[in-house]
Amino acid sequence: MTTVTMTVNGKSVSREVESRTLLSAFLRDGLNLTGTHIGCDTSQCGACTVHVDGKAVKACTMFALEAEGAEVGTIEGQSSHGKLNTIQEAFKEHHGLQCGFCTPGMVMTTAALLKDNPTPSEAQIRAHLEGNICRCTGYHNIVKAIMAASGQDVSAIAAA
Amino acid sequence: MPKDINEVVGRREDARFLTGTGRYTDDITQHNQAAAVFARSPIANGIIRKIDVSAAEAMPGVLAIFTGEDFTEVGGNPAGWMINSRDGSPMHEPKRPVLAHGKVRHVGDAYAAVIAETPEQAQDAMEAIDADFEELPAIVDMAAALSGDDYVHDEIGTNQCFDWGWIEDNRAATDAAIQGAHHVTTLELVNNRLVPNAMEPRCSMASYHPATEEYVLHTTSQNPHLTRLLISAFVLGIPENKLTVIAPDVGGGFGSKIYHYGEEALVLAAAKKLGRPVKWTADRTEAFLTDAHGRDHVTKIELALDAEGNFLAFRTETMANVGAYLSNFSTATPTFLHGTLMAGNYTVPNVYVNVKAVFTNTAPVDAYRGAGRPEATYSIERVIDKAARELGMDPITLRRQNFVKPDQYPFASAAGLEYDSGNYDALMDRMEEIADLGGFTARRAASEAKGMWRGLGINAYIEACGIAPSNLVGVLGSRVGLYDAATVRVNATGNLSVMVGAHSHGQGHETAFPDIVADMLGINAASIDIVHGDTSKIPFGMGTYGSRSLAVCGSAVVRATEKIIVKAKKIAAHMLEASDLDIELKDGVFSVAGTNSSVSFGEVALKAYIPHDFPITEIEPGLEETAFYDPANFTYPSGAYCCEVEVDPETGKVSVERFTAVDDFGNVINPMIVTGQVHGGLGQGIGQALLEHTTYDENGQLLSASYMDYTMPRADDLPFFHVDHSQGTPCTHNPLGVKGCGEAGAIGSPPTVVNAVIDALNSGGKPVTHLDMPLTPHRVWSAMQTV
Amino acid sequence: MYAFELERPGSVADAVAALGGEAQPLGGGQTLIPTLKARLAMPEKLVSLTGIAEMKGISSEGGGLRIGGATCHADVASGTLASYPALAGLAAQIGDPAVRNRGTIGGSVANNDPSACYPAAALASGATIITSTREVAADEFFRGMFDTALEDGEIITGVRFPVPQRASYQKFAQPASRFALVGVFVAQFAEGVRVAVTGASGDGVFRWAEAEAALSSNFAPEALDGVTADASGMISDLHGSAAYRAHLTAVLTRRAVSQAH
Repeated sequence: MTTVTMTVNGKSVSREVESRTLLSAFLRDGLNLTGTHIGCDTSQCGACTVHVDGKAVKACTMFALEAEGAEVGTIEGQSSHGKLNTIQEAFKEHHGLQCGFCTPGMVMTTAALLKDNPTPSEAQIRAHLEGNICRCTGYHNIVKAIMAASGQDVSAIAAA
Repeated sequence: MPKDINEVVGRREDARFLTGTGRYTDDITQHNQAAAVFARSPIANGIIRKIDVSAAEAMPGVLAIFTGEDFTEVGGNPAGWMINSRDGSPMHEPKRPVLAHGKVRHVGDAYAAVIAETPEQAQDAMEAIDADFEELPAIVDMAAALSGDDYVHDEIGTNQCFDWGWIEDNRAATDAAIQGAHHVTTLELVNNRLVPNAMEPRCSMASYHPATEEYVLHTTSQNPHLTRLLISAFVLGIPENKLTVIAPDVGGGFGSKIYHYGEEALVLAAAKKLGRPVKWTADRTEAFLTDAHGRDHVTKIELALDAEGNFLAFRTETMANVGAYLSNFSTATPTFLHGTLMAGNYTVPNVYVNVKAVFTNTAPVDAYRGAGRPEATYSIERVIDKAARELGMDPITLRRQNFVKPDQYPFASAAGLEYDSGNYDALMDRMEEIADLGGFTARRAASEAKGMWRGLGINAYIEACGIAPSNLVGVLGSRVGLYDAATVRVNATGNLSVMVGAHSHGQGHETAFPDIVADMLGINAASIDIVHGDTSKIPFGMGTYGSRSLAVCGSAVVRATEKIIVKAKKIAAHMLEASDLDIELKDGVFSVAGTNSSVSFGEVALKAYIPHDFPITEIEPGLEETAFYDPANFTYPSGAYCCEVEVDPETGKVSVERFTAVDDFGNVINPMIVTGQVHGGLGQGIGQALLEHTTYDENGQLLSASYMDYTMPRADDLPFFHVDHSQGTPCTHNPLGVKGCGEAGAIGSPPTVVNAVIDALNSGGKPVTHLDMPLTPHRVWSAMQTV
Repeated sequence: MYAFELERPGSVADAVAALGGEAQPLGGGQTLIPTLKARLAMPEKLVSLTGIAEMKGISSEGGGLRIGGATCHADVASGTLASYPALAGLAAQIGDPAVRNRGTIGGSVANNDPSACYPAAALASGATIITSTREVAADEFFRGMFDTALEDGEIITGVRFPVPQRASYQKFAQPASRFALVGVFVAQFAEGVRVAVTGASGDGVFRWAEAEAALSSNFAPEALDGVTADASGMISDLHGSAAYRAHLTAVLTRRAVSQAH
């Protein structure tokens, strides 16, 4: 066991972990931050997407020890005191989620996208979601929500 | 400025899902919890010669190991629907044990389970189990299974589960109609096997309390009461009143979480044996190998037409794969959810369907979003399109000519159902308008200018959902009733808890259901909460599948609320010293007709629980009512769909450029949710048409067992959809006038897409008449090389 | 996963020292970690290369580019946009955005997955693979499916890319994994044209000599008229036959030539 120390959602945390402990397991089991979900074994579904030093990564494909000293952001850090952020508001308003399982990853991926590209086109959004799989929504309302979150007029997109 | 969670419009459940505070089964950890891991067959078919667990038992952290031997005294996981063959004999029902015993029958079939302190320790020990199998030839192909001498279940001596005819009495007339027809179009097709792939893998966690002999099972289920019933009555024999099944937040189901699975029984048995909570969480590979798959039909369909293009008969022969064991609804899916829809939207007088269900050494196959109706729609709508092409007729005109007309309802279809309402021409009109069919020629020219072939596909569907009238399904072989239930509890302080049998795993019941009650009572929906998913809290309902939640459970909510109103009026009448017949309820206020005398809903609620002056022989205290609702018929949503695709002639790659879905869902309670349901169904239907391909090799190995090889639809595979439900014709038999909307998109879209691709290929000079799904680039390109 | 020890050295020297015995280097882990999760590998020790600053970054070197072995795909995509746009375009198509933030060029080149993108860029560019002990020309480095010239304990510290006059990478994605079903990298240099194909061959990335010859005399799509790729030895699987891959090879090569800049 090795001690790992990192900042998670602005708070310094320290835990004993095995080398094989994934960042996702560290967050879920170690810190009880269960909003980071595990939907596949092959690093494709994106339900576990978190931010490490400001970049979106798949927490299931990174060891906790590799996040030593890093700033880690999870879905639990996206809202504070019951206030939704702009992305979360847009997902809610435009029904960009159904069962909710992929949603944390979608929100985290969106946050990273909009940081680099504040007004992405529909095509850019769809391309950027390549690593986030949703089985419920057909992506229509997710893409729409992301466009809305970036301040674009979505009124012309078929109603939802 | 960020807004408070509840200030943003949208669904109530969104707040927890968007903040990472949902509670899915795997998010729940209990004190002293142990982990279960399953040893799964690496081969498709084999005799278990040896399972030596001695080395595994000695591994660190191991608490217990179970094998099939431990469950020989308990029951099997049953099929929920008895199908009789054409000769009157009952279907074959081989036992489906908790753990494989004697034989393993598909890759992934669990033959042992290890319980250890941690999942890693359990996994280590699982690998130390010394199991020896005598491998037998894998039975994979259905035709070979029916003709061969090797059996998935030796004790039944055949791989044919049943040979079903529908409607047997129509057979001769159908044959005659085809024999004498002006034109017969024949199509052989495969409805490709799909893996449901709810994003949350299955997970089950059990605990046992020795002092009370009570079990609690948290599990990823669409219907906790059904799961409890199956475990109690058939598998483990745990008294129903000693077993609580809780399905907390569930990350999608699409059918795959309807069924009881052996892992649930195993963790219950392990929790009792160890006196500790035991949890199992599937990984995605296990999901691919063991979740019930969907579809997998091989069909020959014939459509007979007269010289004017009137449909005379549909005749189909289908082989339906049921996999290695009968999953709970597996026998209903290819029969009564499929054969009864084989008249489509049409006035065709003759329909005959033959379905042979076939055991193979593959994962069990059961209902997956649409369940039988997509297979029916695909067969019908593909063969109609082929007929139109053969006859040189416009595919829309040909369909319209044969539609059931609005003045024909209720309409008795030739496949045995009574359609209550619909207007297929209105749907087609609306579709043509939204899809801008007039602009297609110009769009095709634009595509051709950039070297792409453009195709237009259209489709009309009807389906039967809102499952289901118990008396009808009972006649047809169902072993359960398919009503649902709701309890409306008005609390003393005036807010409401509504306990429902339906389970929400994406459908937004927590948002949609309160509106029904609020509208009826004239109170604010914010004071009403839905309770679901916990058998210790909710009445016995049958859960959520078959697009039934609103039509069946929503109707139970209506009935229970009606009872609340009756009771509340009595209380109000007592308070106002009037007759309850004179009490009116409007905007949450009870008043005596024609007077100013009134009491509020809140005052009545409080009085119900503080009945100091009640006439106790006339009015019971409390304000809580339960209703069970059993539908009189299925609901019959229908639709007209249109798809435009581009095919890249150089690579065969298909892209969906436009998609229009016009559906008749009757009355719509929450348009946002209904539209979202259609979007999701379209995603899955387009996935079936173009992407999703479940492939077993000849040895029964699942080649598409991960997202590396099974193509899930991604955001860039799909366009924005045009969805419309303005042409609703209310359901005539449920109090809300609603029709189910959950499966429509998955039912109507596959033939729409395939029709479009065939059209594109023909426009490019490739006279392809049919291609089996999924229309992958390789398949489309290959077809272009051979014509 | 089986248990193992994880080391995070801060220098190439320390990494090499740590790699004795049964140790295995860990790049971004986007392939290795899923492999470990499936218990398909059982290393005693992993040596993470992502904490080595000297292995990260992009610099100009001798008229070309030197990219540190631990540079992630996202950084290559943004860092070579101006200097080598075809390479940037390739990097931007690997995996998905989150994978690109972790996966590294060194890890990809060392793994030599037959469907990976980077080997095509390295081979078509005539790149040099710089390791902890030597420099190896790409033509000698890639030896077959998952096979390279790397010795045990040797790590890729960087890749040096000559920058061609014009180049383009055309990828036709395997629909599920989004790896290259076929990917073709065409690079035009003063000395001639190099064409590298990934995804298609059971032997991994290869140079397509016939196309190179045709394009070296006339760098235009028409130069490929009548030039067909040989399907023998090409991969046949769920997603495409050998013949389909051979066909795509020709199609993508033409497209790469038309889009080269």
